[in-house]
Amino acid sequence: MSAATTFTNTASTSANTGATPLLEIKGIVAGYGRVEVLHQISLTVNQGEIVSLIGGNGAGKSTTLMCISGILALRGGEIHFAQQRIDGTRADKLVARGLVQVPEGRRIFPRMTVLENLMMGAYCRNDRAGIAADLEKVYALFDILKLRSTQLGGTLSGGEQQMLAIGRAIMSKPQLLMMDEPSMGIAPLLVTKIFEAVRALNQEGLTILLVEQNARAALRLSHRGYVLETGRVVLADESKRLLVDPRVLESYLGE
Amino acid sequence: MTDTEVFLQQVIYGLSNGMIIALVALGYTMVYGIVELINFAHGDVFTLGGFVALTIVGTLGAAAILDPATLGDASNWWLLVGLVLACGVFCGVLNAAIDRIVYKPLRRAPKLTQLVAAIGVSFILVNIALFWGGTPMKVFGGGSAAAASKDFPELLEGSNLLGEESNVVLRLEDVSVFLITIPLMIGLTLFVRKTRLGRGMRATAQNPVGAQLMGIDTDRVISATFIIGGFLAGAASVMWSLYNNTISFQMGFRAGMDAFTAAVLGGIGSLPGAMVGGLLIGVIRAMSDQYIETRWTNVVVFSVLILILVFRPSGLLGMKQREKV
Repeated sequence: MSAATTFTNTASTSANTGATPLLEIKGIVAGYGRVEVLHQISLTVNQGEIVSLIGGNGAGKSTTLMCISGILALRGGEIHFAQQRIDGTRADKLVARGLVQVPEGRRIFPRMTVLENLMMGAYCRNDRAGIAADLEKVYALFDILKLRSTQLGGTLSGGEQQMLAIGRAIMSKPQLLMMDEPSMGIAPLLVTKIFEAVRALNQEGLTILLVEQNARAALRLSHRGYVLETGRVVLADESKRLLVDPRVLESYLGE
Repeated sequence: MTDTEVFLQQVIYGLSNGMIIALVALGYTMVYGIVELINFAHGDVFTLGGFVALTIVGTLGAAAILDPATLGDASNWWLLVGLVLACGVFCGVLNAAIDRIVYKPLRRAPKLTQLVAAIGVSFILVNIALFWGGTPMKVFGGGSAAAASKDFPELLEGSNLLGEESNVVLRLEDVSVFLITIPLMIGLTLFVRKTRLGRGMRATAQNPVGAQLMGIDTDRVISATFIIGGFLAGAASVMWSLYNNTISFQMGFRAGMDAFTAAVLGGIGSLPGAMVGGLLIGVIRAMSDQYIETRWTNVVVFSVLILILVFRPSGLLGMKQREKV
């Protein structure tokens, strides 16, 4: 644990060159029923960064995102977003404030068309011009969605559904986009396309918190990374250093 | 009466009853679609709607309304619309209150717990109706015993619109059922398709967590669903009372059973399914009453239900649950 703390410090001092933290998680504790899943997790995402959260099954990655999104209540700790404390705020209120998640398993609306799904992303918005502009942006990012705009969401392939879920999240006008396992169960070619899109979004200034089991791909894409094991942050560093860290190599990169 | 005339008559009866059943079925199917709960108390909310209707009519003075001189007057049409609105609002608020007080605290409890709670609410409502039918109703001279059926006055003129010499009878009552139910169904469909809250409802029904992550206040959506479902049941209760000229504390049991069957037949969770299912049950009932025998009607209805579910387990218009991973 002391090692983890040290790494957190080095990461936050070395990587953010004067950047302001957008999301700060301070020692959150959470769980389901009697089982505690997260034991005092702390992490920071700075404005403009891609931060990846990697770890095996059951490490608590998705649970962390569900806590941030306000779906799961905290049992301890604090979450700050854009300098304001947000834990305890209802999930639907957080979306309007720009904290948007692309959930694991996509959770698209299967009996709505692709366009209707995308417009659900804009549920909290009233700026017609902005919505139209963002729709064009989504179509530019994933042209297949424009092609399939009148098709029901449930009839899309897994990869297309993932693109739809990302597109829908962009329609919410996020300040921070959290993505949970965007590569899960998707053809490798589409994974490349999706990761390229993530990079493009980031280059336009979008801050991204990426949860992945595909550690190599995630670390190559991100600026910094956190490694989660059984509900604890065990490593935190710049991604390029994590990619050559012997502990990461052994456990997550299969070498 | 020729065979064709007999058949046409049954079609009229079947469709009118079917429209009323469909309105009640919509309440079952909407609530199921959103919170996956079979709201067993729904039929009894419908019952109380009928009691409110008779109480209002009684308060306004049944004698004046029943005056043959004014039957069929436009004023009675306005009274009917007023009753539909009043009972609709009453049942909508009641339904939402039940959800808030009983179902909401149990939202994360096992399904069986919620189901038993719904049955419990059903018993409570039946007994409220039983009490209501006693002393409170006597004020209007509505029968002596609490459990006895109460006469519901004919608000509309009863003559045959097809002419006195026609064997097929079509009364204002039959027409009024369509005039009231069809706009409600169109309104509901437009609401669900076009409005923001309606889209929120569809999203919540298809993926509740996904909906929350889109910024949809799902608690509000659930309340709205109970209000709308209740409103439709209240409207249906007025039409049912008028059509059958009687109310009783058990009227929601029969109507609820038919409506629930209709919802399952059409595909539970599907709005068009509930409408089609309701009409189908209404027509099957009428045909069975005429061509088989009244006492076999329930057997016929449920046989059709079983037959359809064997070949289409998710109902006529229900969506097969297919998850892509």
